[in-house]
Amino acid sequence: MTEFTLPPKQKKTPWQKMRPYVIGIILLAIYIWTFTSIEIRWSRVFSQHTIESLTRVIPQLFSPDWSAFGKVMGLMWETLLMAYTGTLMAAILAIPFGFFAARNMVKNKFLNTASKWALNAIRAFPELVLALMFVAAVGPRPFAGVIAIAIGSIGMLGKLYSEVIESIDMNVVEALEANGANKIQVLFYGIIPQIIPEFLSYAIYRFEIDVRASTILGIIGAGGIGTLITIATTNRNWSEVGLILLVIIVVVTLIDIISAQIRKRLV
Amino acid sequence: MMSKTNQPTLQGISSNKTKLRISAIFIIIVGFYLFTSIKTESSLLDLWSGKNGFINIAKSLFPPHWSYASTVMPQLIETLHMAIIATTVAALISIPISLLSAANLFPNPFIHLPVRFIMNVLRTIPDILLALIFVGIFGVGVFPGIMALIIFSLGLLAKLLYETIESIDMNPIEAIRASGGNTMQVIAYAVIPQVLPQFVSFGLYVFEVNVRASLVLGFVGAGGIGLLLNQQVSWANYPNVMTIIIIIFISVVIIDYISNKIRERLI
Amino acid sequence: MIEFKDVSLVYPNGTQGLKNINIQINPGEFVVVVGLSGAGKSTLIRSINRLVKPTGGELLIDNENILKYGSRDLRKLRTKVGMIFQNYNLVKRSSVMKNVISGRLGHTGTLKSLFNLYPKEDQALAYRSLQRVNIADKLYQRSDQLSGGQQQRVAIARVLTQQPNIILADEPVASLDPPTSHQVMTYLRKVNKEDNITTIVNLHFIDMAMEYADRIIGMRAGEVVYDGPVSDVNEATFEEIYGRKIRDEDRVGGSDDE
Repeated sequence: MTEFTLPPKQKKTPWQKMRPYVIGIILLAIYIWTFTSIEIRWSRVFSQHTIESLTRVIPQLFSPDWSAFGKVMGLMWETLLMAYTGTLMAAILAIPFGFFAARNMVKNKFLNTASKWALNAIRAFPELVLALMFVAAVGPRPFAGVIAIAIGSIGMLGKLYSEVIESIDMNVVEALEANGANKIQVLFYGIIPQIIPEFLSYAIYRFEIDVRASTILGIIGAGGIGTLITIATTNRNWSEVGLILLVIIVVVTLIDIISAQIRKRLV
Repeated sequence: MMSKTNQPTLQGISSNKTKLRISAIFIIIVGFYLFTSIKTESSLLDLWSGKNGFINIAKSLFPPHWSYASTVMPQLIETLHMAIIATTVAALISIPISLLSAANLFPNPFIHLPVRFIMNVLRTIPDILLALIFVGIFGVGVFPGIMALIIFSLGLLAKLLYETIESIDMNPIEAIRASGGNTMQVIAYAVIPQVLPQFVSFGLYVFEVNVRASLVLGFVGAGGIGLLLNQQVSWANYPNVMTIIIIIFISVVIIDYISNKIRERLI
Repeated sequence: MIEFKDVSLVYPNGTQGLKNINIQINPGEFVVVVGLSGAGKSTLIRSINRLVKPTGGELLIDNENILKYGSRDLRKLRTKVGMIFQNYNLVKRSSVMKNVISGRLGHTGTLKSLFNLYPKEDQALAYRSLQRVNIADKLYQRSDQLSGGQQQRVAIARVLTQQPNIILADEPVASLDPPTSHQVMTYLRKVNKEDNITTIVNLHFIDMAMEYADRIIGMRAGEVVYDGPVSDVNEATFEEIYGRKIRDEDRVGGSDDE
């Protein structure tokens, strides 16, 4: 027994040997490219101005201006109404998209792919970009925000709906068809009971996201509490921004908690 | 009809109670929708009367102004760089934070609860609002945008990661402890190999999220392509707007595709 | 030498894990602890490397009371006590080699171990350990590609790499089929004899206990109810330990096919 047999070296194909280096070089190239071309004005970031702002802004953020509470809550309420309207619109309008994109419902490859692409295309854009366009179209009012929320939500809900529909138990559908049920009857007795809880759950989940999204739409004039954020930051009224922040954090957290509770009971 | 006294009397397919509950929920949802859609001026009537605005905008977007693309590309690249830097920094910071928030590694609630609480709060603040605050402190430019992205994605990444850490197989940890390994060695030998693929996958996912978020940061002066978009929309230069939209769309689709392919191979 | 002096253990939820244990285990012995599940077998052997901490009495290893150890002494103790688990407890995504070399962690500085800087002696030792359990050909495979029996052999190799004085095995064959179980037990027995490592194994199969043990300790409800050489043990002894008739499920069946 030799005390000193080293383990044999691992046998690797050339690609396996090269792979870590290739990945490393690609990553390194990306980072070099990034850090050499990004223009951060460090002189401004670390300037007297910054220090002054820091000492002014931060303490004010943490001492909310409670006198604005009524105004802020009013606009927060409007924000919630916008989110609700947009989400509900989307929750309904996404249903046909979901069915068209589901392979087990619509046996037409072209329709499936086209709906999936449409849904993907919508999801490529942040709500704020959509809202910017709609503000240009219908003017700066909550309506623009609601439409942006609704369209953005259709993208996600349509995709999730189609996944739910594709995962249902088709045996039930088959059994009903064997009983002589027509298409509408199959839909109401075989399909809808299977998908309703998940559809609702996703719609409520999307409402959480839409509440967050609605809080900022006002920044470009699409209604809600964001309107106030723009005014307060332009006026450098940081204690009002502090209050808005606090209200957003509390309301969003509460909505997340309530929504999680409802969704737990649904599924 | 059943005639025995103890038998429930047949009242249709569902019990009255269920019917009543479903109707009540339905009426509340629809009633509230009517209220919110009137309040936010977003009823179907508004949609009908506003349709000309949408049609006009849609018409004026075409044909896109292709030569404008050369102005857009540098801004797009700046946007991507912001997302790359923010994701990298957030990923690095999220490692210690997620380890501290994992209840299976640090069972002491005085450690993991406060860390989680702070991360939960961070996630509720919209990134663009953070950007506004940082613009107020550091002045306009990419730096406040990057800071906003870092803070927002940190909350998201830390949550995803600590949930993964909490779901790992604890057996190898016991084995490493039993052979005399210290905490660092336990993490390096038993925790990291189990969570590394998910960590990379979440990092890529957060990168996707950051790309979308960074597109709009320019609306508030925090760098990137959003500045151009906002400018061109307010100048009503719609062919240029369409060019930007197409470029955004293509780049988001490509990034999502690559990121998805890598993530599929990881797990 | 391992000495339990009046060792008791009460879990935080009030369950009595061990009740006044008094036993002595000599160097090089192959001891099998038997009992029904919940009898305290696992608690007993996990006390020896302090994965659980007894709440009363003294537990001496080489005349030192390990219940008084702080975290530094504890880690040093654990480098000398290897442990084998029912579920092998390998890091599934890591290679066999990486799992086996992790037996050296207690002897390796933190920084060195983070960067995989093991001395040549350690690498050779890890390889030699794998050869001893006949699994050296799987060196660079991912652990989750191995069968249960192979994974348990890797776990034995990991323990051997630790160069321990004591090996604890907590139900090492409970997840394996009969032929593989015999194979694993044979390796444990071989290592025990060749290196003179004190080995303490928990089992609930009576035929296995009889076949491999030098000495049998029977436990019921946290107490040692039997302790004697294997030659004195028969079926009646087991019925006494288990407090019931012996059933078919108490035997693993099959025989050593090596």
